[in-house]
Amino acid sequence: MTARGEMIMEQPSADTLKVILSGDWKLGGELPGADKVQQRLEGRPGVRNLVFDTRELTSWDSGLLTFLMNVGTLCSRQKILLNRDGLPPGAQRLLELALAVPEKTDARQAEARVSFLSNLGNQTVYLFQSAGEMLTFIGDAVFAVQRLLRGKAQYRRSDLGLIMQAVSAQALPIVSLICFLVGLILAFIGAIQLQLFGAQIYVADLVGIAMVRLMAAIMTGIVMAGRTGGAFAAQLGTMQVNQEIDALKTLGISPMEFLVLPRMLALAIMMPLLCLYANIMGILGGMVVGVGMLNIGFMEYYNETAKAIGLWNLGIGIFSGLVFGVIVALAGCMRGMQCGRSASAVGDAATSAVVTAIVGIILSTAVITILCNFLGI
Amino acid sequence: MTEAEGHITVQDLTMAYGDFVLMRDLTFTINRGDIFIIMGGSGCGKSTMMTILIGLKAPAKGKVLYGDVDFWGSDPPTRDRIIRRAGVMYQSGALWSSMTLAENIALPLELYTDLSPGQIREVVKLKLALVGMAGFEEFYPSEISGGMQKRAGIARAMALDPEVLFFDEPSAGLDPVSARRLDDLILELRESLGTTMVIVTHELASIFAIGSNSVFLDVSKRTMTATGNPNQLLAETRDPNLRLFLTRGEKS
Ligand SMILES: Nc1ncnc2c1ncn2[C@@H]1O[C@H](COP(=O)(O)OP(=O)(O)O)[C@@H](O)[C@H]1O
Ligand SMILES: [Mg+2]
Repeated sequence: MTARGEMIMEQPSADTLKVILSGDWKLGGELPGADKVQQRLEGRPGVRNLVFDTRELTSWDSGLLTFLMNVGTLCSRQKILLNRDGLPPGAQRLLELALAVPEKTDARQAEARVSFLSNLGNQTVYLFQSAGEMLTFIGDAVFAVQRLLRGKAQYRRSDLGLIMQAVSAQALPIVSLICFLVGLILAFIGAIQLQLFGAQIYVADLVGIAMVRLMAAIMTGIVMAGRTGGAFAAQLGTMQVNQEIDALKTLGISPMEFLVLPRMLALAIMMPLLCLYANIMGILGGMVVGVGMLNIGFMEYYNETAKAIGLWNLGIGIFSGLVFGVIVALAGCMRGMQCGRSASAVGDAATSAVVTAIVGIILSTAVITILCNFLGI
Repeated sequence: MTEAEGHITVQDLTMAYGDFVLMRDLTFTINRGDIFIIMGGSGCGKSTMMTILIGLKAPAKGKVLYGDVDFWGSDPPTRDRIIRRAGVMYQSGALWSSMTLAENIALPLELYTDLSPGQIREVVKLKLALVGMAGFEEFYPSEISGGMQKRAGIARAMALDPEVLFFDEPSAGLDPVSARRLDDLILELRESLGTTMVIVTHELASIFAIGSNSVFLDVSKRTMTATGNPNQLLAETRDPNLRLFLTRGEKS
């Protein structure tokens, strides 16, 4: 049998309502609600006092208290005096405790359900705001670079060295693996098609141009977005949470120069070098397929590659690498600086930095490709 | 002591986050050499008040005067110059985690003084010794305890020999003995250096032990309800909220 609480109401006099509680008033059982009391009161506007009789009550827990809380608010709304004397002593004390501090009325409201359209509107407004913030951040970064060129920027050379090491030497293994495999995959796919025409040798052209002009930069950029962009956001985010950035600001040190500038510089210097390295790895990957599977001679493959690549392709690839490096650094630092003040905000900042950086890389690839097309290179 | 001289004056100040007004009509003066306590319950806006005083957040209305310079009405370079003469110890210590304690203290010296590396090393050693942490130069912030981080935070705040030191909840998270030592340290520094100290706290022990002047922010009234020496306030006040705060809610 489930626990069951009973309630009877009677009116010993015209201005008093007596609530008689009996049985088990426990959570999970069947309990009458405060609305019963309200219904009863509505019919009799003359009631001024509310008293309890709990002699028949066998046991109680929070189930009774929630009921009493509701009756309590009901009474204070209708200016009825609630007499607690008839309640069990423990319940009296707990009720007193619960009603001691008035409920915060200007508390934040539970998130209201918003309609699809207003949600869309909010998102659009937010998009414009964040675009504005992004532009401001980029503008500040440009100013910082300007101050750097005039030799006025405040940052520690030793930081720059450490960051350069972290973003280059330590990234070599993963960049090697990925670019080698991308070269290999490109060669495989190309080989199947080109073999149909007996033009296997052009695998070297395909892999060479694709890697040097585009793929090496994009793959390195994406690896760095995940590896370094996320790390930058987490570092700066943690500094934000620990008020370390505030501590810089109150000393008059610009976080833009002190934190963002060395990171941007490190990636701008190291990404082109990483790209060069990635080119070599990609071409090696293609060569394994060309020499091992298609029986092209090593020198033959090498010469064909050298002939195909050309200085322009190399230049465009390296320039893209530079741009991607700056994008990864800016995205990481911006999300880190925008980080909220909680630990979970740091995780969000890192995620958001990676997404921003990858979107930025793809967008700028499109822009560079279209520009090159216009310029005819 | 010479006649009280206003160091920082807050005039008719309102602080808000967006539309959410935290406190309004704040007017008080922090005198030179005071140990000035900003007190009030949790969430009443003490830390926010401090961020306004140290130039991290603009007030919604009103003025902050340093001497007779209108701080928030000045251009950013002037503000930078004023705030560089202030030292701040943050609630979490906020030591730069990628640097050793020595580097933390040396950084402001490297940026704003012409001292040679040797001289800077000497100053760093002195400041760490002043807070009782001689020999900890090469430790990283993560390698020392919370109380030590706060001490090191004070050493860094004192690097440029500031005219005013701000502390956000200096004794929060410390055991009673360390908290007491920190209070003593603050008192000694004030005695020996004459620095103005502005302390955000709700620790009654500290308030009565070291405070020479104070302002009470009443969260239920959204404004300040008293300013003066905390011991005197306790003796004289009729305001029930302030009484409750100063007596830990003990019923008299
Ligand atoms: N960045 C912020 N944005 C919006 N509200 C804030 C922010 N920081 C603090 N608050 C609100 O301001 C109030 C006062 O905060 P704070 O100054 O930290 O209080 P105290 O230091 O006295 O405990 C709190 O209610 C808090 O929710
Ligand atoms: Mg605070």
